[in-house]
Amino acid sequence: MTDTIVVEDVYKAYGDVNALNGVSLSVREGKIFGLLGPNGAGKTTLVRILTTLLKPDAGRVEVAGIDVLKDSMALRRVIGLAGQYPAVDEQLTGRENLVMVGQLYHFSRSEAKSRAQDLLKRFSLTDAADRPVKTYSGGMRRRLDLAASIVARPKVLFLDEPTTGLDPRTRMEAWEFIRELVRDGATLLLTTQYLEEADALTGFITVIDEGRVIAEGTPDELKSRLGSDVLELRVSRDINLKRVESLLQPIGKDMPQIDLQSGDISIAVNDGTRSLLDAVRILDGEGISIEDIGLRRPTLDDVFLSITGK
Amino acid sequence: MAQEQTFSSVHIGQQSGGSIFERIWWNIHDTLVITRRNLTYYTRLPQLLVFSTIQPVMFLLLFTYVFGGAIQTPGGEYINYLLPGILIQTVMFGGTQTTIGLAEDLSKGLIDRFRSLPMGRAAVLAGRTVADSIRNLFVVILMTSVGYIIGFEFQNGLLNALVAVAVLILFGHAMSWIFATIGMLVKDPETAQVAGFIWVFPLIFASSIFVPTTTMPDALRTFAENQPVSVVANVVRDLTLGTSTGDFWLALVWITTIWLVFAPVAVWQYRRAAS
Repeated sequence: MTDTIVVEDVYKAYGDVNALNGVSLSVREGKIFGLLGPNGAGKTTLVRILTTLLKPDAGRVEVAGIDVLKDSMALRRVIGLAGQYPAVDEQLTGRENLVMVGQLYHFSRSEAKSRAQDLLKRFSLTDAADRPVKTYSGGMRRRLDLAASIVARPKVLFLDEPTTGLDPRTRMEAWEFIRELVRDGATLLLTTQYLEEADALTGFITVIDEGRVIAEGTPDELKSRLGSDVLELRVSRDINLKRVESLLQPIGKDMPQIDLQSGDISIAVNDGTRSLLDAVRILDGEGISIEDIGLRRPTLDDVFLSITGK
Repeated sequence: MAQEQTFSSVHIGQQSGGSIFERIWWNIHDTLVITRRNLTYYTRLPQLLVFSTIQPVMFLLLFTYVFGGAIQTPGGEYINYLLPGILIQTVMFGGTQTTIGLAEDLSKGLIDRFRSLPMGRAAVLAGRTVADSIRNLFVVILMTSVGYIIGFEFQNGLLNALVAVAVLILFGHAMSWIFATIGMLVKDPETAQVAGFIWVFPLIFASSIFVPTTTMPDALRTFAENQPVSVVANVVRDLTLGTSTGDFWLALVWITTIWLVFAPVAVWQYRRAAS
C-alpha cells in the first residue's frame, strides 16, 4: 500500500491570517479519508492546494505521485473535485454539463456522451437528464456535481463538505452516492463539519483546527482515546433513585448523572462491558428490577468538543 | 523513477500534453467547447436574447425617429451616420454580459471546477470572448438588415462594407477582454451589473457615435475625438460611407493594444482566481 496523498509541513497565509500552520498528513491508496474541523479550520484551503487551485507558501504536496507545484497539469488529469457548492451550469441540462466536463477532459464527443449516460443512470438523474439544471432540487444538483467530479474516473477524489446545505434525508442519500464514488477503487478525501458524517463514511480521520492537525486516527480510535463509554439505564418508578445512585457509584468514573424527569441514569465508565455486567449484578442482588439498560459509545461530537475545547 | 513512470503513462492515457501543435489544438478544442456552452445560453435565457437583439433595434429606431430629425450630420441622411456608430454601442453593451457572466461563474464555483480540469488556461475566457464575437456578428447583421428597411445604405462597395464589419467584430473581441478582466476582478454578479456598465457610458456618449463632436466644449471634445470608441466609429463610418474622417491604422493600433494588454491580464486573473 502506498500513500496517495502526502502533505508535508504546509503553510498558507492570507495576509495576516494563517490558514494553514504546518499541516502534515498522508492518505493511503483506495481509502476514504476524512478531514474534520470547524468552520475556518483550514479544510477548504488544504483542498484547494491539493487540487492545484491555490499555491502553498511553503511545504511539499504530492498527489498520486505527482508534485502539485511542479506538474499541476498532469495532476489535473487524475483528480476530481466537488467543492462546497455544486459547481454545475444552471442553464445547461444535466447531460450537457457532464458532456462538457468530459470533453474538457479531452474525451471524444461520443465517449463523453456515453460516460454522461452511465453517470446519469448511476446517480438516478436519467429522468431529469435533459432538463436545465436550474429546475433541479438541491439534492439533484449535488448528485450531478458528484457525477461531474468522477467523469474521468479519477484516481483521487476531493469532496469539500459534500453534504453542506442538504436536509437530513438527502444527506443520507448523498452518503450512498459517495460510497458509490469509491467503488472503482479511487482514493477519496472528504472534508466535513459533521462528525456523524466522518463516522459514517471514513476509515481514517484527521482533525484540524486553526490550521493545525490536532488529532488523527480511525473513528473508533478517536472515540476510545478521548471519550469513555456511557452506561445508560432505567429502573422502575417506585425505586428511590438516590439509593441506585449510591449503589452504582463505585463502577463509574464520576458520579452517575440522573435525569429526574425521565428517571434515566447515565454513568461514564472505563470498561464498558465489564461495568454493564457489574451494574446488572449489583442491582439484581438488591432486588431492583431494571427496565432498560444499554451501553453507548461516545459520539464523535463528544470527542470533537473535548479536543477543540469549543 | 516511479514518479516519472506515472507521469508519462498519464500523458499517454489521456492524449493531451505532448508537442506544441497538440497543445495548440487542445486549446482551440477547449475554447470551442466553452464557446458552445456560452452560445447555448441564448437559447435558454430569453431575456439575454431580447437584450442582445430587440434592445439594440429599439435604440436604432428611437435614435432615428426621435432624435434623428433634430440632429444635423454631414453627408445626408442621419440613419447613414447613425448605423455604423450604433453598431459599436451594441457591441459595447453586449460585452457587459461577459462581465456579469464571468462574475456569476466565479461566484458559483464554476471557475474553480474549470481550473481543476486539465484544460487550457485561457480557454474559459477565450470561449467567452469568441461567443461574444459570434453574437456580435449576428446582431450586426440583424441591425444592418433593419437599417436597410428604414433607409440605410452602404455607400462604399461590398468589400469596404465587409472590412467595416471585420473592424467592428475585432474591436468587439478586444473589448470583450476588458469586460472579462472586470468580471474576474469584481467576482460577485451584483457588483458586476454596475461595474460592467459604468465605464461604458462615458465612452459611448462622449464620442462620435450619435453626433459629430464639433459642437462639444473643448475639453470634452478633445477626449471624445481621441478615445478609441470614436476612433473606431469614424473608421467604420468611413468604410461604409466612403468619407475620410478617421485613421484606419490608428483604429487597428487601438484594437491591437487593447487586446495585447487585457487578454494577458484577464488570463492572469483567471489563473489566480479564488471564488
